[in-house]
Amino acid sequence: MAEFTLRLRRYLPESGEAAYWQDYTVELEPHRSVLEGILQVRAEQDGTVGIRCSCRAAICGSCGVRINDRAALACHTHLSAAAAGAKDGVIKVEPMGNMPVIKDLITDFEAVHWKKVRRVTPWLLPDGPPPEREYIVAHEAMVDVTQPMACIQCGACVSDCLSMEVDPEFIGPAALAKAYRFVGDPRDGQHFERLQDLAEDPHGIYDCTHCFNCIEACPKGVAPMSQIMRLRRLATADFQIDDRNNGKRHEQAFTELIEKYGTLFEAELLPRSYGGKFHPRALPELLRSLPAILKAVMRGKVTAMKALHHPKLPDQKRVREIFETVEGREQRYDLNLYISGYDDDADDDVPADAKAGDAKAEASA
Amino acid sequence: MPSHDVLIIGAGLAGQRAAIAAAEGGATVAIMSKVHPVRSHSTAAAGGINAALAPEDSWESHAFDTVKGSDYLGDQDAIEIMCREAPDEVLWLEHAGVTFHRNPEGRLGTRAFGGASAARTYYVADITGQALLHVLYEQLMKHHETIDRYEEWFTTSLLLNENGHCVGALAREIRTGALEVFNAKSVILASGGAGQCYKPTTNALICTADGIAQAYRVGAPLMDMEMVQYHPTTLVENGFLITEGARGEGALLFNREGERFMEKTAPNKMELASRDVVSRAEQVEINEGRAFEDGGIALDVTVVPRKRVLEALREIVNIGRDFAGVDITRDPIHIRPGQHYIMGGVKTDTNGETSVRGLYAAGEVACISVHGGNRLGANSLLDTLIFGRRSGTHAAGRARHVAMPETPHSRVRDEQRWIDSIIAREHGGRRVSAIKDELGENMNTYCAVFRDADGLGTMRDIVERLKQEAETAWIDDRGTVFNQDVLGAIELGYMLDCAEAIVAGAIERKESRGAHSRTDFPERNDEEWLKHIDISRNGGDAPKITHSPVTITRWEPQERTY
Ligand SMILES: Cc1cc2nc3c(=O)[nH]c(=O)nc-3n(C[C@H](O)[C@H](O)[C@H](O)COP(=O)(O)OP(=O)(O)OC[C@H]3O[C@@H](n4cnc5c(N)ncnc54)[C@H](O)[C@@H]3O)c2cc1C
Ligand code: SF4
Ligand code: SF4
Ligand code: FES
Repeated sequence: MAEFTLRLRRYLPESGEAAYWQDYTVELEPHRSVLEGILQVRAEQDGTVGIRCSCRAAICGSCGVRINDRAALACHTHLSAAAAGAKDGVIKVEPMGNMPVIKDLITDFEAVHWKKVRRVTPWLLPDGPPPEREYIVAHEAMVDVTQPMACIQCGACVSDCLSMEVDPEFIGPAALAKAYRFVGDPRDGQHFERLQDLAEDPHGIYDCTHCFNCIEACPKGVAPMSQIMRLRRLATADFQIDDRNNGKRHEQAFTELIEKYGTLFEAELLPRSYGGKFHPRALPELLRSLPAILKAVMRGKVTAMKALHHPKLPDQKRVREIFETVEGREQRYDLNLYISGYDDDADDDVPADAKAGDAKAEASA
Repeated sequence: MPSHDVLIIGAGLAGQRAAIAAAEGGATVAIMSKVHPVRSHSTAAAGGINAALAPEDSWESHAFDTVKGSDYLGDQDAIEIMCREAPDEVLWLEHAGVTFHRNPEGRLGTRAFGGASAARTYYVADITGQALLHVLYEQLMKHHETIDRYEEWFTTSLLLNENGHCVGALAREIRTGALEVFNAKSVILASGGAGQCYKPTTNALICTADGIAQAYRVGAPLMDMEMVQYHPTTLVENGFLITEGARGEGALLFNREGERFMEKTAPNKMELASRDVVSRAEQVEINEGRAFEDGGIALDVTVVPRKRVLEALREIVNIGRDFAGVDITRDPIHIRPGQHYIMGGVKTDTNGETSVRGLYAAGEVACISVHGGNRLGANSLLDTLIFGRRSGTHAAGRARHVAMPETPHSRVRDEQRWIDSIIAREHGGRRVSAIKDELGENMNTYCAVFRDADGLGTMRDIVERLKQEAETAWIDDRGTVFNQDVLGAIELGYMLDCAEAIVAGAIERKESRGAHSRTDFPERNDEEWLKHIDISRNGGDAPKITHSPVTITRWEPQERTY
């Protein structure tokens, strides 16, 4: 047993008061979870503390909060780890970000998260009537979409998404991961339409700034950012979707420049993203960016020299070799790997000991 | 006042499947859940779902395994329906988008499960329940024009009309505290299990017997309530489930003296004997003082090659690390039998109809009875889907020739007064949480793996006393927005009613069958007890007990050996 101090962000909408911090002390084994700490508070000290929870085992996705400024599941965070990560040993727990707070640690999922999920038409849209038996699809494809399927809709990624902070309309990591679950599913018949929709939406797949926060926040290894990158690759490379947001051109320009110079030639990136300096889309865009460019010039980030000439990396050849190897592959190695552990021993034959008719692996039922 | 042809209470697998079936049957549908649908407990099911879908398998074989597993208490007509319809249900799920595991040919692949004579368990990695639940929710969103979702609404009571027909329910919107009447031609209860009557349990915090108690209170009989499944391997610390896959991979059980005690009870099958047998053997060790100081038995996974553990038992490696602080690849982990599933529930026919007209039940809340004395692994998900769908279809059909009822508003006033009175209680008696703990701990002592008349009598008295104490139990939260405290107090009432029925059934059944093991009646007694125990509310008095026959179609009871 050890003593832990929980500093909870309280907000009682009916009190008319602003949010405030309240400290509670609990006594529990160090490997117990922050949720168990809060439940102890609720059972023994103060039943008014609000938090959603159910499974206690990181599977229902209810208990997302921010612990010491980072999104996490309360039931999936040890008290000891939380205390060690806290500045003064006091475990700070507050509601998740990017969503309005309803009460204490309870946020409005419906207003933000679920609305975004519904935005991506989150159901299978097969072509024509289903086959008589199951759809025949590759094992790898099912494993691939099982990774986004592992999402428990806890909202941790949404809470910490930097793009969403800037653009609340951004469809966001969880909903886009959900979109990949259909775009990656061979049974779905609307891959192109889905991708076009998400590419054309100014708050869609090109609105992510690769901050990695969603990957770090996710308790289930869904890696939403990677799913977004998959969507982009499919939209550009496979479906050649030339979107209004210039996402495709930007991506293309990015790759071309790296291939050529090894590092990013920023002055060249913007015009190329709009189809080259002389493309009709480029001019207004360049004009719009003028203030930013001027500012950069003033700060010395962009000089006339830098704008015109970008040095190549000394070993630029190696970069080009990487490109050649990757592009020379017959198959793209970009599938998700959901390691279930069962896949390797699952064959269709009835195992001998199961035939014997006994409780082998009554598994977790 | 919302009015729908069909009102579904509960949005786990049973409820969501019922909603889709009712909508496809042409009904207007409302589905209500006290948590967001994807938070429902169905999401915790890891293992899989059974169906005799492979050409070399047969539904009869699946049905026989189920009958035998039930210790012959299961109703064979219902079991036949479930097993016959299972293959089509799995295909329906596949077509709806469940990402089932595939074999190298791209067809559905299976995994072997306990008590089954063929590998007929279909699965999605180690997240089967989650995948099923989230895909059904996708379908629910797709049907948004015909299915109204009431998410985070808490049903407090069922409504009957003057003829005793169920005509809707009262529910509190958790976010605002507003109370509302939901009129409906039919109501389907799909509100899940009752694990929280026990402490510890593998069940989620929301499994508080709400539906069982609500039906019981309006006069619907409960059945097989004495049949409570204890899973042999749950964490000593907090009751979390350690899958049987661990023993399937070769993990061993030891007592404190280092003895592989399964030798004594199941010399052939050892650790792989069936669930009730292993749970009983462990309990004997614990009762006779050969457990570790923490009251547990050692489950030794270190005998399984480390690589294999990391591959095949990833989920429990995580559970051990995250929730018990043990690296199971290096050290044994302490487990004990723990409450896992409730075979009993609201008595229904094979269309889900209860004996209250207009009231249906499906899923863990219901008892049809397909599980009888002991549920087989991976049969529960199947049960929720098959009978969820059948209830939904039947209720939609019923709606075509029933008029829309209307409930007088006075019912809202009475209910509101009752809830307000809980909120206003003086801080004099006991805390709700203290009563809940006392109930759970005692159920786990007196109404657990082994039972006898003395212990059960003690438990009956405890429940009676706790019911009285609950009348004055107080809470802290006086607010309306997300007042989870007052919901906890209402749930306590449900759990106490459910516990009362479990104990009454256990006292009544004077034999040992399936999960019900009486030390004072250690044998199965088909002559007197091959029958169901039905329990109904009897005013304020002790529950009324009647018996009903077990339906036997083609499998005569035999001795159950594995
Ligand atoms: C850890 C674990 C693993 C399992 N693994 C397997 C497995 O591999 N295979 C298998 O077949 N079975 C398994 N089971 C059993 C199976 O998961 C459950 O029996 C089944 O999911 C129950 O489904 P349900 O739809 O009846 O209820 P639930 O999924 O529990 O849903 C109940 C619903 O009712 C709602 N509700 C309850 N009360 C109210 C109220 N008062 N007002 C409004 N709404 C209410 C809840 O919000 C919820 O939506 C497992 C169980 C556990 C605990
Ligand atoms: S990587 Fe993209 S989606 Fe993920 S948190 Fe950052 S901005 Fe948001
Ligand atoms: S992607 Fe991960 S963090 Fe985001 S909602 Fe899903 S499980 Fe939570
Ligand atoms: S309580 Fe379910 S995820 Fe934490």
